[in-house]
Amino acid sequence: MSTPYAKLPAWADYGLIPLINLSVAFIVAGFVVMLVGENPFRAAVILVEGAFGKGTGVAFTLFYATTFIFTGLSVAVAAHCSLFNIGTEGQAYIGGLGIALVCLSFDSVLPWWVIFPIAIVAASAFGALWGLIPAYLQAKRGSHIVITTIMFNFIAASVMVYLLVGPLKPAGSQAPQTRNFLAGAELPKLNWMIELFGAKIRSAPLNICFLLALVMAFLVWLLIWRTKLGYEMRTYGHSSKAARYAGISETRIIITAMMVSGALAGMMALNPVMGDQHNVAIDFVSGAGFVGIAVALMGRLHPVGIVLAAILFGMLYQGGAELAFEMPAISRDMIVIIQGLVILFAGALEHMFRPYIQALFASVSPKSVGMQAVNGKGA
Amino acid sequence: MAQAAIELIGINKSFGAVRANRDINLEVARGTIHGIVGENGAGKSTLMSILYGFYQADSGEIRVGGKPVSISTSNDAIALGIGMVHQHFMLVDNFTVLENIILGAENDALLKSSIAKARSELDRLEREYGLEVDPDAVIEELPVGLQQRVEILKALYRGAEILILDEPTGVLTPAEADHLFRILKQLKEQGKTIVLITHKLREIMAITDTVSVMRQGTMVATRTTKETTVGELAELMVGRRVLLRVEKGESEAGAVKLSVKNLTVKDSRGVTMVDDVSFDVRGGEIVGIAGVAGNGQSELLEAISGIRHAVSGEVMLDGKPIDLTGKADPGELRDRGLAHVPEDRHHVGLVLAFEENENSILGYHDDERYLKGPFLDVDAIMADAKDKIEKYDIRPGNPRLKTANFSGGNQQKIVLAREMEQDPGVLIVGQPTRGVDVGAIEFIHKRLIAMRDQGKAVLVVSVELDEIRSLSDRILVMFAGRVVGERGPDATEGELGLLMAGVEHQEAAE
Ligand SMILES: Nc1ncnc2c1ncn2[C@@H]1O[C@H](COP(=O)(O)OP(=O)(O)OP(=O)(O)O)[C@@H](O)[C@H]1O
Ligand SMILES: [Mg+2]
Repeated sequence: MSTPYAKLPAWADYGLIPLINLSVAFIVAGFVVMLVGENPFRAAVILVEGAFGKGTGVAFTLFYATTFIFTGLSVAVAAHCSLFNIGTEGQAYIGGLGIALVCLSFDSVLPWWVIFPIAIVAASAFGALWGLIPAYLQAKRGSHIVITTIMFNFIAASVMVYLLVGPLKPAGSQAPQTRNFLAGAELPKLNWMIELFGAKIRSAPLNICFLLALVMAFLVWLLIWRTKLGYEMRTYGHSSKAARYAGISETRIIITAMMVSGALAGMMALNPVMGDQHNVAIDFVSGAGFVGIAVALMGRLHPVGIVLAAILFGMLYQGGAELAFEMPAISRDMIVIIQGLVILFAGALEHMFRPYIQALFASVSPKSVGMQAVNGKGA
Repeated sequence: MAQAAIELIGINKSFGAVRANRDINLEVARGTIHGIVGENGAGKSTLMSILYGFYQADSGEIRVGGKPVSISTSNDAIALGIGMVHQHFMLVDNFTVLENIILGAENDALLKSSIAKARSELDRLEREYGLEVDPDAVIEELPVGLQQRVEILKALYRGAEILILDEPTGVLTPAEADHLFRILKQLKEQGKTIVLITHKLREIMAITDTVSVMRQGTMVATRTTKETTVGELAELMVGRRVLLRVEKGESEAGAVKLSVKNLTVKDSRGVTMVDDVSFDVRGGEIVGIAGVAGNGQSELLEAISGIRHAVSGEVMLDGKPIDLTGKADPGELRDRGLAHVPEDRHHVGLVLAFEENENSILGYHDDERYLKGPFLDVDAIMADAKDKIEKYDIRPGNPRLKTANFSGGNQQKIVLAREMEQDPGVLIVGQPTRGVDVGAIEFIHKRLIAMRDQGKAVLVVSVELDEIRSLSDRILVMFAGRVVGERGPDATEGELGLLMAGVEHQEAAE
């Protein structure tokens, strides 16, 4: 018997339902805006214009999206193996440490295009390592990955505070951060890409990490649906008994999946650290890891969906910043509320409207129900 | 004439291009047992799922007790007094028997009184019908045979007036099935109406009043049971004559390929499930293990295939030992020529969420044939899946279809095709034809015998005595974890039945 959730045509499943969830989130957010005495329609216009209206806005939106693509992919890879990696936040933070070590050592002697690949390796290695320990504990000792990854977020935060107020802080500096990197550790911007379309950009942090993120999205797709490893991860993700039967080692698959997940999380740090700030500062991840959970859920754990969801959240970040600036009654915290509503409706309450839509489909055109199963998942 | 309990009029249902039900008319008289038979994928389960509110018909009408009704959820169906025992268990694996029984029927937040009530009610049902299960056992620790009992109890607990049973006897021995039939007859006498889907024509003859035959989505005939024969039904189902017992020649047993010595296996609670079992399987012979479900057969298969940890003993494959610590790599055993068709195809043998082609390589995904370096060779996998679909007549023949959407019998063929086509030296099979139609049984039996004739060693575990008797060159009977007897293929059903019930064993112990 098929699950009750497998009965809609693909376009409704992947298009209509997210759209409805999103609309509801925005309607509720609109009420919140009304509550503080602002015009919700004007707020919506400011938000969208802030995100996409001008070249600079687009560049910022894509800059934020880049970060979320990495964290979303990280969560998704683990989820395909039925592991709920809440540790993306900490893995990204520690990834930043790897980057700092590479940049601080080589930025005076090497050009960016040599440092960049080394930094990618370091960021992924550090992130992977931070994923490895909870994975090992899960695989060997049965410690639940949700608990251990949360704890590792705290450990990562403490380690970084220690390093950033101590060994990594330049002598005499007041700020808890590394020294600024030299030109060798600065990644090229991508603003010319948007200027191609005729827009003008003042200064925006969009950099080549965006392209790296898209490449990673493709590689994750390849990994999950086209490699033996991905096949094994999905098998284990669906049924650990079937995995055992098929000769897939539980220990190996859990550890591998979490290391890949951690590596993707670690790479996220490249974007703000080498692309924008040019230093590693305290709390530079600032919740992007958790946004990654929402992005992965909303994107249905599929790289294409994740890229789209990441752009949506990038828009909320950038447009939200504009909104807080233009409408004084709407504070930074209100923006967080709006983001929270999107997460709530698109992530946590994903299935809320599904039964109604299913019933609607069944009554309007019973034939369409069940099509999806026949067409396959199209991945 | 008795009033109709259920009338289905002009029911149509398509899944994309697959027309699972076309213009089905069916009338079931109150207080009767009505059988439905048909090939795998004929649309039986779909039709019953429509009646039970799992699917919506594209068109058509349902009447219950003469009144047109609309059933859009299974709650509607339950409210109309319709209960269903599903072909595939609908139990929560990590709940206890009791928790599963009250699931959906709980009526207070603390569950205290429902649990107490359920416990006494369950106790009554168990005693009344002789369906013993430990109410506090966790489902996943029960063998499939007992899980089935829970399903039946669950439906009875809801006190349905109309009871639909979709292949309820799939894992029961004839004795257990007889027991179930006594229950069904009792229910019928109390005026309840029963719809029974089964592939076992013998059961149809034994218990039903009327029988309907489906073929490729249509209802081809309805007969009064007394006026039909097994042969006629089989022919109506398949559209050609069917061999009900496959012919086979003498076996030419060769060298020992699989040897089990003093094997002892415990389950996760430390209960001894396999107790000092020894036997050999030679190339060119089929050894059948008969026994009532839950007497250690499942654990035996799992231990031999390297999935389950054995406490002591030795298993040799082609003269070399198998790691019995539970850390054996089933992949390595496959490389050594051991293929395993597990009893539980839904959780072990298949990943239901996968596409058919993905399941057709499960366990062999390490094989170079399906890989290009670290990548899956999608074209090769597809071609291979299509090939198996063709050879094993798996329907619908679409390798991109999600496995959960294949009918039960076709899912079984997917597993069998995968394991048999690897050309293994030793094949161990749990319940080879569970839920498979007569035509496909004929086919599968022929295949197994062909493997034997090629000199392979075949070990079959089945609760179907007929199957064991018609396939095996030697029959071992398991009872309470021990092999309590060995017989030749000409052993009578009565003789085996006694062994299975542990009669001789108990006498010996005294
Ligand atoms: N949800 C679904 N989506 C697509 N196709 C389906 C779905 N459910 C069933 N089918 C198809 O409909 C047909 C009828 O299936 P059904 O399960 O009713 O057969 P059945 O007669 O019960 O067979 P079996 O004896 O093997 O259990 C099959 O071809 C099956 O693959
Ligand atoms: Mg069926």
